[in-house]
Amino acid sequence: MNRPVDHTLQDPPKLPFEPLIQKNAVITEARWVRVSLTAAALIFLLGFLLMPLIAVFVEALRNGIGAYFEAIVEDDAMAAIRLTLTVSLIAVPLNLVFGVIAAWAITKHSFRFKQLLITLIDLPFSVSPVVSGLIYVLIFGAQGWAGPWMSEHEFKVLFAVPGIVLATTFVTFPFIARELIPLMQAQGTDDEQAALSLGANGWQVFWRVTLPNIRWGLLYGVLLCNARAMGEFGAVSVVSGHIRGLTNTMPLHVEILYNEYNFSAAFAVASLLAMLALLTLGLKSLLEWRHGNELAATRRH
Amino acid sequence: MDIQIRNIHKGFGSFPALAGVDLDIASGELIALLGPSGSGKTTLLRTIAGLEFPDTGQILFGGEDTVALPVQQRRVGFVFQHYALFRHMTILENVAFGLRVRPRHERPSDKDIKRKAAELLDLVQLGGLEARYPTQLSGGQRQRVALARALAIEPRVLLLDEPFGALDAKVRKDLRRWLRELHDKTGYTTIFVTHDQEEALELADRVVVMSRGRIEQVGSTDEVYENPATPFVFDFLGNTNILPGEVREHHIYVNGGPQPIADTAGHEPGPIDIYVRPIDLRIADAGVPSFDVDVLSTQRTGPVVRCEARAVTSGAVIEIELPHLHHDVPALKAGARVPLRLSNFSVFARGKPISRQALPDVVANAPAEYRERARAG
Amino acid sequence: MPGFGLTLGYTIFYLCLIVLIPLAGVFVKAAGLGFDGIWQVVSSPRVYSALRLSFGAAAIAATINAVFGLLVAWVFVRYDFFGKKLLDATIDLPFALPTAVAGIALTALYSGNGWIGQFLEPLGIKVAFTPLGVILAMTFIGLPFVVRTVQPVLEEAEKELEEAAASLGATRWQTITQVILPTILPALLTGYALSFARAVGEYGSVIFIAGNLPLKSEIAPLLIIIKLEEFDYAGATAVAAIMLVLSFLLLLIINLLQGWSRTRSGARA
Repeated sequence: MNRPVDHTLQDPPKLPFEPLIQKNAVITEARWVRVSLTAAALIFLLGFLLMPLIAVFVEALRNGIGAYFEAIVEDDAMAAIRLTLTVSLIAVPLNLVFGVIAAWAITKHSFRFKQLLITLIDLPFSVSPVVSGLIYVLIFGAQGWAGPWMSEHEFKVLFAVPGIVLATTFVTFPFIARELIPLMQAQGTDDEQAALSLGANGWQVFWRVTLPNIRWGLLYGVLLCNARAMGEFGAVSVVSGHIRGLTNTMPLHVEILYNEYNFSAAFAVASLLAMLALLTLGLKSLLEWRHGNELAATRRH
Repeated sequence: MDIQIRNIHKGFGSFPALAGVDLDIASGELIALLGPSGSGKTTLLRTIAGLEFPDTGQILFGGEDTVALPVQQRRVGFVFQHYALFRHMTILENVAFGLRVRPRHERPSDKDIKRKAAELLDLVQLGGLEARYPTQLSGGQRQRVALARALAIEPRVLLLDEPFGALDAKVRKDLRRWLRELHDKTGYTTIFVTHDQEEALELADRVVVMSRGRIEQVGSTDEVYENPATPFVFDFLGNTNILPGEVREHHIYVNGGPQPIADTAGHEPGPIDIYVRPIDLRIADAGVPSFDVDVLSTQRTGPVVRCEARAVTSGAVIEIELPHLHHDVPALKAGARVPLRLSNFSVFARGKPISRQALPDVVANAPAEYRERARAG
Repeated sequence: MPGFGLTLGYTIFYLCLIVLIPLAGVFVKAAGLGFDGIWQVVSSPRVYSALRLSFGAAAIAATINAVFGLLVAWVFVRYDFFGKKLLDATIDLPFALPTAVAGIALTALYSGNGWIGQFLEPLGIKVAFTPLGVILAMTFIGLPFVVRTVQPVLEEAEKELEEAAASLGATRWQTITQVILPTILPALLTGYALSFARAVGEYGSVIFIAGNLPLKSEIAPLLIIIKLEEFDYAGATAVAAIMLVLSFLLLLIINLLQGWSRTRSGARA
């Protein structure tokens, strides 16, 4: 039909913004309630969450910047930093490979006991870090199952780097799988099926279709996994033996310095870990703001 | 309870959601607010409820100004589009909620609350389902629970936001009839919002057609359909053909038409648009005022035959709709040239966009006078 | 979809190797002790008081977190204020900050001459090196669990429910207590359970501030380490087994709660 074009007949523009809930007096509280609740929450957050962070840096610099750097470049501290990096460089890729494979198996196929498998993968989250260390002591310790065989072949797990790697791998086990499973579940298998129907093989589908879809979620998982791997204390403490320069990770080094009343050095090393935490939080928030819709809906660790 | 709405303005930021609304509603009336999305109909309903606050204006319930009254004290029964039932409560608890939250000295006894809620559930034909939870009900049943919950507070006015929007066609029809019966039985003043003109015309005593924050027309269902006050109303209430034409010497001509098709009812001479529905076009007998069209195509869909044709003189493409057994149908063959007459139509001055500047403020309950003014342009 | 057998096989293999077999070791070892053996260990005053402290302090910390976590989640979802986005990111700080760092920082703040402790001490409140310190550290590490569980549920709560309650005459307080809180209750309980589970097993942030006095401020995980250092593997295993069973029970409860949460906030009604 040849209608005269009359712009006034068309729909009006959409609302320029969703009316803010605050503007709607019906479903919000009186102003004094809002202000006091907000103030209470902010005071709690600042006083309770941020103060410890500030304290770390203040204490670290208490004896001046020179002492600060001295504490960090000192041999045992450097050895601890190297060990922490080494351990997370092994543990994170191990869990990365596992996370991707497990998520693929769980989300792209249907099978019985799937929920049980997911629960089992989550298990290390609910195990005390100390118990996580203990389980390896029971296996590899002098009285453990594998203990006698180990000492016979002069292969050391406990009180050595392999034990630290194992314990770290255990406590960070679920991180990446946990991030990927909900994400890949939400994405479904349509893309992959389309690629298969076009003649791609399994590898091609994974590299060209699945991986690009999950890259931000994967990065997110790696970030959290790494933060925990570098910062793990309880589990590592049980299996490490605290040998300075050899089996001391950064958190353990902090403990030793602290127990020797060398507070500023302890806080100096701790400040490095705190910076790692801040970096992790920063990158994590960046990912959430930039790629929030490509990350899993459940975000909890 | 009769309701008067006086000069309500309401803006969201720079967007005027309501731009001067006046409306009088008699006690016990069933009123439809009809309009496209963004026309302000839901905002008007929420403003009456007290869920939104107008920038200026008055809303009088039985002569009492309620604008300053918070929603809690307005006693309006509001039924939300998605029902907003409390999922953690049984249906009985949902219906009883409005009574239970009353201040202690006004609250009926526990026994009375339960009895009243059960009675209301009987009224909406859900007796026996008291212990169910909302998630265990069908959409139509939830709708009725929401209604019973709203009725429990003995509202001064019942407000329904797109009451049938979330239901499928069959349930919608049944529920519509049922709601009409319920209204006739209970006699509550009822206002409902809809974008479906069929729903509005079938259910309401009077229809309020809204567009861009203003009332275009208020009238009985026949009135708005037969005598639309503005091109917008005409267009919104059904399929529309627009034929360019002009008024000359007290006669209305289709553009290029040799003879007039009607006399004017006081139109100024000049170009006009003739609005005619596809079902109001017929083949003209000899001697009857008509205009010629070339038939382009004809297609039957079920009981209806739709025909597309082009006016010979003006080139306007128009649609004709006839029952498939109508005696005009055989003549409407593609390629044929036939004379058409208009059995019913409206005339609007051309070049006057339907804007808020051009339209005078609607004077409620004065449709005839208003129509005259609107037509005069 | 290709690769099912291979990927599932690897998943199960790796899961068994790293998690299941080592964990099973604890139970095999504990079974070797027999019920009497375990009872003997657990009923010793030192172990009993350590378990009681770990679970008791964790319950108190989780309760504090439920209250403040709800407050923080509410304020962040419902109100607008300057710096909200930045502060929202810092809620996860206890997740990201290594526990040992949190532990020494909290100790520095709350010890008698610390920034905060110096004001509390004159009031007769000793935090560091007392059970109060244990609760404090557990509260610190558990807060994000409650906030991050409640926040999304609160965000998705339909505003219409509140409007409906208001139109039916409910005051704001009635709407909050009778409509909003029941809606988010499952999420709140889930957050509570997660926060509790984390606190029970917590070690790093607690031991620095706890003072670790036997029978007073010694937590169960620390006792495991002490027993290991004394080469009392049986004792350590017994305590660990008790803690494992209790945390698996918690895990079960959390899963049930999450199922409940889904059914309650899931389908629209």
